[in-house]
Amino acid sequence: MATEHAPNASEYIVHHLTHLNSLGHKQAALVDWTVFHLDTLFWSVTLGLLAVLILARAASKATSGVPGRFQAAVEILVEMVESQSKSIVHGDRSFIAPLALTVFVWIFFMNAMDLLPVDLLPRLWEGAYAVTGHDPAHAYQRVVPTADLNATLGMSLGVFLLTIYYSIKIKGIGGWTHELFTAPFGSHPVLYPVNFAMQMIEFVAKTVSHGMRLFGNMYAGELIFMLIALMGAAWAGTFGSGLLWVGGVFAGTIWAIFHILIITLQAFIFMMLTLVYIGQAHESH
Amino acid sequence: MNLNATLFAQLVVFLILAWFTMTFVWPPIMKALDERAGKIADGLAAADKAKADLAHAEKMASDELRKARESAAEFRAGAERQVAQLIEDSRAEGARIVNAAREAAEAEAGAASQRAKEVLREHVAALAVAGAERILRKEINAQVHAELLTQLKSEL
Repeated sequence: MATEHAPNASEYIVHHLTHLNSLGHKQAALVDWTVFHLDTLFWSVTLGLLAVLILARAASKATSGVPGRFQAAVEILVEMVESQSKSIVHGDRSFIAPLALTVFVWIFFMNAMDLLPVDLLPRLWEGAYAVTGHDPAHAYQRVVPTADLNATLGMSLGVFLLTIYYSIKIKGIGGWTHELFTAPFGSHPVLYPVNFAMQMIEFVAKTVSHGMRLFGNMYAGELIFMLIALMGAAWAGTFGSGLLWVGGVFAGTIWAIFHILIITLQAFIFMMLTLVYIGQAHESH
Repeated sequence: MNLNATLFAQLVVFLILAWFTMTFVWPPIMKALDERAGKIADGLAAADKAKADLAHAEKMASDELRKARESAAEFRAGAERQVAQLIEDSRAEGARIVNAAREAAEAEAGAASQRAKEVLREHVAALAVAGAERILRKEINAQVHAELLTQLKSEL
């Protein structure tokens, strides 16, 4: 890139929004089940392992005596998740409560990648490309897994499968089928197709909105960080560009502080909706 | 914003992480929390018991104190009664001795006055006889007039 011209704003954004995938170039089709996003997989698995290992470390050292600060912090988290799950899900929570804890901590960690400087890891990746003799212009790297629709829809699909599992487990296959055709409008043969259609719409809407909500928030947040970075990059030695640079610092600070709230809130919302959807599988209409 | 197989990989990772948390994270932490809750409950119960014990001990101590005070008062009352009795006895004894002494003195004084009277009578009789002798210039035979004199003496 040193020999070429610096990217313009549009190229900068497009470059930042392109995933490192198994094709090596941008995926052409909207849906292609043969492709993997290597960056999303790497960061989500790494952060997931980091999250559960931190929790496991706290768990292995947990004592019933006076807790240290680390243990107390993890315990606050666990008690929060436990009380939320207890109030939402009525039934056996031996898997559901740990699931909610995993969801919260993992998504928080993935969201928190947004707080790293937006160019830091991609620029290091470009450097690694350049060193190994590849073209850094094709060194794509996106470090926020939750800003990838595949990751968020993957998790919401997991929640969807769990709701089906718990629906069948709690109500039995017959009870659940009966519910699919008789709820929400009532048990009458004329209403069966309407009920079934409503149930299907509900499932699709819940699952898609569950994944899309997190994706949309993180994608938009990442995009705004890029725009702020562009603002800061406008520095060219003139007074006007200097003002833009100051504005970039100012806006970057404000947005990052606000984003602390967003990443926590979105992780919490995803966890709460996970509990609500699985909780609904436990209640009969 | 493309959909691809990352989605399913993420799904599998999601379930594996949740399983890991369920197996290795959740149970030890919940166990520690429950155990601590138990310990705190035990501690509170022990504190309540200690408080009850203390109240019991305080009540016992105050009972003992009251009993001691009562017995001391009783003892003092007994001693006072005894002392009063002693004083009363000695006062009566004293009075008795004083009375006896007075009676003895009175008897003594009576006897002395009787004796004095006797002596006086003798003297008066002799004086009367001597007076009569002087008047009559004549000796009176004492033996002859003894009866008369004795009569006179007894009249005095």
